Amino acid sequence: MRPFAYALAVGLATVQLASAALAADITGAGATFPFPVYSKWAEAYRKETGSGLNYQSIGSGGGIKQIQAKTVDFGATDAPLKAEQLAKDGLVQFPTVMGGVVPVVNIPGIEPGKLKLTGDILADIYAGKIAKWSDPRIAKLNDGLKLPDSNITPVYRSDASGTTNIFTTYLSQASDTWKKEYGAATTISWPVGQGGKGNEGVTATVKQVPNAIGYVESAYAKQNKLSYALLQNKAGKYPQPDDKAFQAAAASADWKAAPGFGISLTNQPGDDAWPITAATFILIHKDAADPAKAADVLRFFDWAYKNGDKLATDLDYVPLPDNVAELIHQEWKDVKGKDGKPVFNM
Amino acid sequence: MPALTESIALGRTRSATARKAPSRSLDTLFRTFSYAAALLVLLVLAGILGSILYGGWPAFREFGFGFLTSAAWNVGTEQYGALVAVLGTVASAFLALLIGVPVSLGIAVYLTQLCPGWARKPVAMTIELLAAVPSIIYGMWGLFVFAPLFARFVQIPVSNLAEGMPIVGTLFYARVPSGVGVLTAGIILAIMIVPFIASIARDMLDQIPTVLRESAYGIGCTTWEVVRHVLVPQAAVSIIGAIMLGLGRALGETMAVTFVVGNANRLSASIFDPSSTIASRIANEFNEADGLQLNALMALGCILFVITFVVLIIARLLTRRVQSA
Repeated sequence: MRPFAYALAVGLATVQLASAALAADITGAGATFPFPVYSKWAEAYRKETGSGLNYQSIGSGGGIKQIQAKTVDFGATDAPLKAEQLAKDGLVQFPTVMGGVVPVVNIPGIEPGKLKLTGDILADIYAGKIAKWSDPRIAKLNDGLKLPDSNITPVYRSDASGTTNIFTTYLSQASDTWKKEYGAATTISWPVGQGGKGNEGVTATVKQVPNAIGYVESAYAKQNKLSYALLQNKAGKYPQPDDKAFQAAAASADWKAAPGFGISLTNQPGDDAWPITAATFILIHKDAADPAKAADVLRFFDWAYKNGDKLATDLDYVPLPDNVAELIHQEWKDVKGKDGKPVFNM
Repeated sequence: MPALTESIALGRTRSATARKAPSRSLDTLFRTFSYAAALLVLLVLAGILGSILYGGWPAFREFGFGFLTSAAWNVGTEQYGALVAVLGTVASAFLALLIGVPVSLGIAVYLTQLCPGWARKPVAMTIELLAAVPSIIYGMWGLFVFAPLFARFVQIPVSNLAEGMPIVGTLFYARVPSGVGVLTAGIILAIMIVPFIASIARDMLDQIPTVLRESAYGIGCTTWEVVRHVLVPQAAVSIIGAIMLGLGRALGETMAVTFVVGNANRLSASIFDPSSTIASRIANEFNEADGLQLNALMALGCILFVITFVVLIIARLLTRRVQSA
């Protein structure tokens, strides 16, 4: 069914393209993670300006392919493209909103937010090297907690997903053995545990299996009131996984470090920074074939940076810090029409 | 009187010749149409096989025969092997048949031989309704309702009992007692294929001439003997066909299995442990796949195609043996 749904989505996108040309709406396709906030923004934007947005959430891979094929005005991806890829395809990349990934647990008798873990321990749990909750390494971190002497069931996303990419990126940063043996990708070869399909699958499994641990997007964990564990950040602190902690990670990140803002927000310094934070990205061609359209896209996101924060936080996304939005505006100057002039002027 | 019969006979021949004339062109048209319809299936099949072979070729070329025997599936290092998925597919389909076939045949025999008249229609309709339930519903029901119950009342007790025993312990020990795994997938698949096998088998049993059954009862056979020695041999060929249809569905079932098989790329001897099937792997990864991973998924699809084909050939050989016996 999934490939079929994918084909359907592509088909729909094509149909929508045809009708969009008439309505002069901008079209985008890609990541599923930001879909709710993009559609909320689009709704409000249409009310204010009269022009709309068609966004097809067909997955990051699909978004990248569609922007390469120039069938959409912008593509969207959860995992940022690397500098050489951006240069090769002549793309400009910028982040829109952020979210965090939270480890969720189901340990009988342990209250939410009481269990503390480090990235290194989390990696060893997922590698099968730590098999029981009563492991001395976990016990040492959690003085006073009564941890059961039972097998841990690690739960992961069985479908290829940006969430897995973010999570395994973090594990690779926290543990050299993890990096060497499993690495970071949208799907990896998990040595232990079991897979659940989508955030729902992971949640259902963690809820059903005593002594399980999983990982889901923070918005999802919050809406479903899942029991979570705290993670030690680079500064050695254990912040609560909330908007403040995600924004702290964004604030302390060096956004200029990679072209297209393709930096990883995981494991950022700062006392309040949540260690598994990530942004989602937009892709647009540098040489705009249709300058008016490209300008429309940038105008939409400019509006979103200025007016979309509340809508984003309502949906448990985290808006970008203001200084980052300013940097992004600088980058937009690279999007040029045939006359060599930037298509979008502030 | 002779005049009358003659006129009747004449009338017969006249009407016979009158009917013959226009039917010839219609006949040709009908023949061409049915020929084209049959040919179209072959063309479509060849097209599908051709495109997945083309798509999967880079993976076959990269890994060669090792693609079949390797258990690795690692996107990061671009290592792909089909072994786990192939074994998972075969194991879950086999378990589905093991559970589903006796149940379906029981249903068919009950409906045709033992069921009181007033209950036949409702029972038969309920069974056929099972075939109309979309597979994703089976998957969600399996994950949210069946799996927790199965874990609590079957996996955990059995696993506790079997722990440490030789052979039995390897087969029935669940390291992750979450209720999903190869056996759960097999059970869900069994429920999904029961309506197919049961309704076809029922139709076949219904078509056996009553005379045969009555004469068997006449010489003093019990119901069991009638079923065993008269009905089953008569309908055997069609029943094997029905089972093969069910097996075909079990091999290729995607969504329901993806929900309940556990999606782990590991070799495990325990039927309680999570694994994956070819269809579930494709469903999970196709969306975001790129490059060699996409080729490997296509190659997996190709292997599933071949497995289904082999199963069909075996079915053919089996029916021929039964027919000649």
